[in-house]
Parts: sequence; C-alpha cells; structure tokens
Amino acid sequence: MALTIASREVDGVTVLDLSGRITLGEGSVQLRDAIRDLISKGQKKILLNLGDVNYIDSSGLGELVSAYTTAKNQGAALKLLKLTKKVHDLLQLTKLYTVFDISDDEASAIASFK
Amino acid sequence: MSEPRKGRLSFRLISTMESVGEVEAAAEKLAADAGLDEDQRFHVTMAVREAAVNAVLHGNEYDPSRHIAVGLENTGKDLVFTIADEGSGFIPETVPDPLAPENLLRGTGRGIFLIRSLMDEVHFRQLHPGTELTLVKHLAATGEKT
Repeated sequence: MALTIASREVDGVTVLDLSGRITLGEGSVQLRDAIRDLISKGQKKILLNLGDVNYIDSSGLGELVSAYTTAKNQGAALKLLKLTKKVHDLLQLTKLYTVFDISDDEASAIASFK
Repeated sequence: MSEPRKGRLSFRLISTMESVGEVEAAAEKLAADAGLDEDQRFHVTMAVREAAVNAVLHGNEYDPSRHIAVGLENTGKDLVFTIADEGSGFIPETVPDPLAPENLLRGTGRGIFLIRSLMDEVHFRQLHPGTELTLVKHLAATGEKT
C-alpha cells in the first residue's frame, strides 16, 4: 500500500496523517515534497502522525531524518506522533529515537509546540 | 513450525524497483511458509528488501543491461537468501557507522546496518564484477549473530 498523506490544522500546528508505506519509490518522495511545501509556506509547527504507517525502510527512515533537519534549519519544529511497533523498534535500533520528539497522545503533542 | 520445503528457488531479474517488490514478496512468502512470527517475518522481509534495493540502486545503478540474481532456500535449519548484482563491487567495511553521533542525522547509510541487525548471519562475496550478499535467519532462534 502506497503512502497517503492528509493534512489538517490543530491550534496552529499542521498535522500530517500518514498512512501506508514510507519506502524508496513508495512514499519517501511524497513525504519530502509535503514537508518542503509546508516549510516553503512558512509553517513552523509540523506533527507527523505515523499511527497508520505499517512499513518503513532505510530510505523512509532517512526521509524522516531529512524532514527533521530541513525543518530545523528553517526554524521550524517537526515532531512525531503515534509510532507503530515496527517503526518504534526501527527508530530505537537506529538510535533515531533519541533525535525525535515523539508522543503517543495528540493533545499533548499539540500542546508541546506552544 | 511447518515442515521445510526443500529446494532452492532462484531467479534473475532486471534492475527495477518492481523487481525489488518481487524479491520482497518471495521473501515474505518463504518466511510465512516457515512459520516465523510477525516480527521475524518483518525482519527477514525488510533485510531482503534492503539488500535488493542496494543491488538495484547502488550495485547495478538501475542499468537495464544488468540483472540481479536472487536465491531463496529453507534448509530446515535456516532461511538462506542470496542477492547478487553486477556492479563495480562493494566493500562493506567502508560504510560509515550510522549510529556514530556525527552520522546520526545523515539521510542515507542505514541499509547495511539494518540488514546486519535484522538477520542472524550476513556474508559478502565479491564476484568481479558485482557483489553477492548471503543473508541467513536461523529457524531455531539462538539470538547469536556471527
């Protein structure tokens, strides 16, 4: 299943609800374009909801890191919400769990941007 | 755990992402047929996919004249996967450690690390030209890696 991305605004935070796979050729470019689009429009608070991401590969992990650094370099903040077990385990394995601000609760995640 | 299906399945594919999908699906089926649980199936499928991506993208550089050779086997003791490309060769020791602080924020370079982390054994062989990876998942999990 390819990646689908739905965007919504909650208290000034852009929440991207991702669903499907973030892999080379199946979502990593979509994610990159979505983040760049938000940054170019001046959005400074971005929350990636990964609750329905059932598969991610090394390319997808790299894309998450690139999204994080792109946002940071532009003075924006990018955080992660609701990791599936697979994504959680891979972020731990690759030590990326230490890089990202991760939350299981959307309200808390939204509040953390203030 | 189901009875192993003896015999090695081999095929040769063109260097496309569609081929990567075929290899991934074949690995998923072999792992499922072997009775691996969901986590183990994910580990096997992901490692094999990463190896196939490396072969197509880094080894063969999407060159339509180059192929990847794939082998899958349930020996009854192990699941054994081989993925070979026809590229200019690859020295795994030259890959930077993706866990090093200076590399943590790099957008690439995690594939080989993931393959090694998710499988029980990983072997590299230079083919001149090309590189062959052999990935092994022990069916009786020992937790030990070689």
